[in-house]
Amino acid sequence: MTLFLDALNWIFDPANYVGDGSIPSRLLEHLVFTFVTLLMASMLALPLGFLIGHTGRGRGLAVAVSGGLRALPTLGLLTLVALWVGIGLEAPYVALTVLAIPPVLAGAYTGFEAIDRATIDAARSVGMSEWQIVRKVEIPLGLPLLIGGLRSGTLQVVATATLAAYVADFGLGRFLFSGLKTRDYAEMLGGSILVILLALVLEGIFSVIHRVILPRGVAAGRPTEVRAGSVRPRPGMESTIAKGRK
Amino acid sequence: MIEFRSVSKQFPDGTLAVDDFSLVLPSHKTTVLVGSSGSGKTTLLRMINRMVDPTGGAIEIDGVDIAGLEPVKLRRSIGYVMQNSGLLPHRTVVDNVATVPLLRGVPKKRARADALALLDTVGLERSLADRYPSQLSGGQQQRVGVARGLAVNPNILLMDEPFGAVDPIVRAELQQELIRLQRELGKTVVFVTHDVEEAFLLGDQVVILRQGGRVAQVGSPTEILASPADDFVASFVGADRGKRALHLESQGGRDILVDSEGRLAGVLTGGSRPGEADPVPGSGASAQGGDSR
Repeated sequence: MTLFLDALNWIFDPANYVGDGSIPSRLLEHLVFTFVTLLMASMLALPLGFLIGHTGRGRGLAVAVSGGLRALPTLGLLTLVALWVGIGLEAPYVALTVLAIPPVLAGAYTGFEAIDRATIDAARSVGMSEWQIVRKVEIPLGLPLLIGGLRSGTLQVVATATLAAYVADFGLGRFLFSGLKTRDYAEMLGGSILVILLALVLEGIFSVIHRVILPRGVAAGRPTEVRAGSVRPRPGMESTIAKGRK
Repeated sequence: MIEFRSVSKQFPDGTLAVDDFSLVLPSHKTTVLVGSSGSGKTTLLRMINRMVDPTGGAIEIDGVDIAGLEPVKLRRSIGYVMQNSGLLPHRTVVDNVATVPLLRGVPKKRARADALALLDTVGLERSLADRYPSQLSGGQQQRVGVARGLAVNPNILLMDEPFGAVDPIVRAELQQELIRLQRELGKTVVFVTHDVEEAFLLGDQVVILRQGGRVAQVGSPTEILASPADDFVASFVGADRGKRALHLESQGGRDILVDSEGRLAGVLTGGSRPGEADPVPGSGASAQGGDSR
C-alpha cells in the first residue's frame, strides 16, 4: 500500500514536472512515438488491407504473414534491429510498427469483407468505377472495423512503447528502466500507472471516435471489434467473394 | 433495341450458363426473361450492362456492339434495379437516387432536385428523402431502387427480380406501379423473374428459358399460353393444370368456369367470349404441340 502512495507521491511531485525527462515531456514523447508508429503501420497496412478486402485475393497470405508478425517477440525484434542499426529510436520504430501492422491490416480487410456483397455489386452495376467503390462504399462502410483495428493497434503500441526506453532515452518506459536500475520502485510504479492511464485515455478517445464515425443508417449489430482472434479465417468467408452471382 | 447474337457464357468453372442465345428485344417494350434457377436469366440480364461478359457471340444496343464500350460508362447509361434494392446503407434516400447523376457530373443542387422529383414519380413521399434505407419498408426500398434506376433517364431499364423479396400484396402494388410507369415513360425494360404470373402480367414479350440459357419459347403472353411450344413450356406456365386449365360447365343455364382441380373459378359473362382482357384458353392442354416460334 505504501508503495502505491509513494508512486502517487512521485506522480504528483512538482519536481518531476520540470526540466529534461520530466513527466510531461516523457508523456509527449510517448504519445508522439505511438502516433508516428501507427501512422507508419497504417501507411503500409491500409493500402494493402484495402486491396485484399476489395479484391478478395491474398487473404490467406495476409493471415499467415500477420500471424507470423504477431508471433514475433517484440523485445527480441527490438534487440535484433538495435544490434543492426545501433542505439536510438530507429529500432523501436521498426519493432513497434511490425507489432501494429497485423491489427490495422486485419481491421482494413475485415471491414471490407463485412460489407454485404449485394451492396457492392449494386454499386458496380449502377456504374461506379472500382476506385469509386473503394472510396464511396467500402471505406465508409468498413470504417467501424477499421477504427477497431487502429484502436487495438494503438493500445498494443502504447503499452509496448515502454520498450523504446530499452535502447533509447525515450518515453514513459524511461521511468520503468531507470527505476529498476536505481531500485526506485515508486518511480517504476508511477511510470507504469502513467502508461496505464495513457492507454485508458486513448481507449476512451477511440470509443468516442467509434461512436461518431459509425455510418448513420447502418443497422446496429454488426461486429465492430477487431481483436486477436479475428484474423483467423472464418468458414465461408472467402467463398462469398469468390463465388459472385450466377 | 437490344440484340443478342448467338451469345454464350461459360464460367471459369466450366458451367455453361448461356448457350447460343439469340434474341431481339424491341425498344420501348418490356421483355421478361423467365425461368427457374440455373436458366441463365440473370446472366443474360447482366450481360447487357457488361457486369458479365459473354464468352461467345455479341450483344448490340441500337446497332452498337457493347463489347467495344467502356463498362463503367455503359452502366451509367443503363438503369439497374435489383432484388433487395441494393441501396447504399450509409446514404440517405435522396443521395442514393442522386448517386449516378452525381457520378456523371450533374451539379449537386440539380441532382437533388431531380431525385426529389423522381420520388414523386415512383409514388414516394418527399418526407422520406432524408431517411436511410434501413428505415424504410421493403416496398419503399424497392421504389427507391426504381427511382435510382430511372435517375439518369436511361433508355434501358434492367430489372433483376426486383419484386422477389417483398410480400405478395406489396408485390402486386409495385407491379401495377411499374405498368403505370411504363405507360408513361416507355422505356426498353428487361425484366428477370422466376414467376410466370409476373412475367405474363408485365411482359410485352416473354422469353421462357430452360436450363443453360436455351430459349424454350418467345412470344406474347397470349401466344405462349394459347400455344405452348412443347410440354416443358406447357408445364412451366401451368397451362395444363391449376388455375390456368379452365373448362366450362353448364349449371342452371349459366356457363361456369371450373379449374383442373374442380374448384369454381368464375362465371362467363357477356356472351360466349370473354373479350381480350385476359387470355383464357378453353383447355390449355389441348393446345399443346403448336409451333409458335
